[in-house]
Amino acid sequence: MTLTAVASSLKSHEPCASGKRKLILLGPQRTSPNLAAVMDAQGIRGKIAVVTAGWQEREEEVEELHHHLRDDTVPLRLHFRAQRAFDADPDLSKRHRKRQAVLRRLQRLYDVRLGHAMAAVTELELRPGDDDVLCESRAEALQAVSDLDREHVARVQAVHDEHESLLDLANREVVQRERHEIGELIGESVALAIAGGHVAVLLNRLRLFDILGLLPETLPVIGWSAGAMVMTERVILYHDSPPQGAGNAEVMETGLGLALNLVALPHAQRRLRLDDPDRVSRFARRMLPARCVILDDGGAVILDQNGWTAETGVRMLTSEGTVREMAT
Amino acid sequence: MMGVNDPPRGRLAIRELERGIVSRATVDAFLAAHDFPIVEGTSVTFVWRGDASAVNLRHWIYGLPSSQPLRRIAHSDLWCVTVQLPESSRVEYKFEIVYGNQRQWIEDPLNDDRARDPFGANSVCHTAGHEEPDWTREDPDARPGTMEEITVDSEALGGPRTVQLYYPARYRTTRRYPLVVAHDGPDYLNYSGLKTILDNLIHRLEIPGMIVALIDSERRLVEYADYEPHDRFVAEELVPQLERDLPLEGTRSGRCLMGASFGAVACFSAAVRYPDLFGRLLLQSGSFAFSDVGVNERGPVFDSVVDLVNRYRDEPVRIADRVFVSCGTYESLIYENRSLVPLLQAAGMDIRYVEARDGHNWENWRDRLREGLSWLYPGPLWMVYE
Repeated sequence: MTLTAVASSLKSHEPCASGKRKLILLGPQRTSPNLAAVMDAQGIRGKIAVVTAGWQEREEEVEELHHHLRDDTVPLRLHFRAQRAFDADPDLSKRHRKRQAVLRRLQRLYDVRLGHAMAAVTELELRPGDDDVLCESRAEALQAVSDLDREHVARVQAVHDEHESLLDLANREVVQRERHEIGELIGESVALAIAGGHVAVLLNRLRLFDILGLLPETLPVIGWSAGAMVMTERVILYHDSPPQGAGNAEVMETGLGLALNLVALPHAQRRLRLDDPDRVSRFARRMLPARCVILDDGGAVILDQNGWTAETGVRMLTSEGTVREMAT
Repeated sequence: MMGVNDPPRGRLAIRELERGIVSRATVDAFLAAHDFPIVEGTSVTFVWRGDASAVNLRHWIYGLPSSQPLRRIAHSDLWCVTVQLPESSRVEYKFEIVYGNQRQWIEDPLNDDRARDPFGANSVCHTAGHEEPDWTREDPDARPGTMEEITVDSEALGGPRTVQLYYPARYRTTRRYPLVVAHDGPDYLNYSGLKTILDNLIHRLEIPGMIVALIDSERRLVEYADYEPHDRFVAEELVPQLERDLPLEGTRSGRCLMGASFGAVACFSAAVRYPDLFGRLLLQSGSFAFSDVGVNERGPVFDSVVDLVNRYRDEPVRIADRVFVSCGTYESLIYENRSLVPLLQAAGMDIRYVEARDGHNWENWRDRLREGLSWLYPGPLWMVYE
């Protein structure tokens, strides 16, 4: 494996880790797994606590992962534990469902507004000319989208805050019992690995048990696909060619905030029209100052508080509409 | 704007051939130099070589004469006709070769592109802009679903019926799946590649995992034409048995009927008879014949269909929540399908209506499945990143 280091002269807004821990963001692991190789290269050896909650009802099917990590995995079973907690505490289940319904509605309403805001961006970009008035209007239209994204994230956070006291997780016995067990399992482990899958379910289960609060401050965290997405500051949902709809990327909500100034884009080759400079540029500019990093098969980006290193071949979207190697 | 034998514009390849001396050698060279039929903009030149009394292009484009004569190029055994077709068209055709009193329909020997159907195969012509969707082809990355054959005893139909079941890859009894009942199921499998498409769309997360029951009828023109026992079989025997035995959602929104041609009529009649049972309908090129005045001219096989559609036109009611309707613009049924859509909308249903420059055939129905299924059952595309 070849890793390119460019961290020594860290500029503002460069991707980096929020704390002292090392973070590893990987591409999909199904066809060309590089998880074990990257961990070996980073000197991470020993039991690995694994979160596969994004696999939902298939959470327990960890044989392949277990084998890939040389039988050194400790499944945390967050999806199962959440269900057990909901079954044991109907009030928790009810309040949780209520919050999720509000969040889904909020996302749909944001989607309506986003569609119109993005249509304005596209229409202005298609108008011929590049005089100052038109260019300024184009920039403002895109800024309006970025502002909408920020407002949405703030509103989602407000919903979380409002429901936090209602859920009162810190005083729910069923939750704290599970959390205690999870903490013990993490205590036996030298790293936490977060698999991909359903990104909203995954983030939800990680938050339900406040997994972040259980991690020793230097414990490395490795995530792939949706697992990498939830490690960032904002979770972005994207697909340029869906069978229905315009394919406007959506902001879902804040992530765990471990990886800073970075948008993780697993499966970008399949999901994004990387050969369309207008779409690439629009996406990259909308997410500024964060870097939009493509995490396809074999991709690996390592972050610590000093900056980042990326495996050769890891690419990013640019404001100019190109896709270039992250290391250059 | 479409026409046949319009004066060709520009220099068509066939005209270039005719400008020179047409010999066996120049015809050989011409055939070697082109793909057939020759598509030049909206001009499509069909070519056949051989000895015959006459040669006709037989196609299934409603609105054009179904038989177009090819003309023989002087001093040669080469026959041709140039037809104007819009971009993004897909047309199935054959040549009718006439030898004296003998007539024989053949596929185009110069064109390898074929579409198969229950009656055999046709040659296929694509004009510019038409592409076979990539999601119709086998994807090695897509996990394959599995098939199982079961028997359902039917009191309504007076005997057992064989039903094939499609289970999605990674099928789990701990999940709940939507149920789609596909009429003419074996034809959907054989001629529209339904299993490959389900595997691909589920793999791409464009539709959720679903269970598809593929049913069939040896008397489809009777049983699919507003035939109460068949509707009872689907609604009161098949669906309850599957919901008892399989992990299905078991809700109105989790039940879908799909079908093409008379199969679409069967979906429609079952939904009319059981308006609270099915939440989703996928109706492709439905044979929704009706008569505002006078009698049905499509023949006696349509009589009960006309009665059904006429009754519905008199009193449109809500029979599902979401209905996907598609039809080819080169089909004779385009008028009937266009007429049905506002009725369904007026009855308060959510309707998606799609047309394509294609005919009444299984590849047209295949090519609309992504849009139809993903609209009726959107998959977790935006949320899942594995």
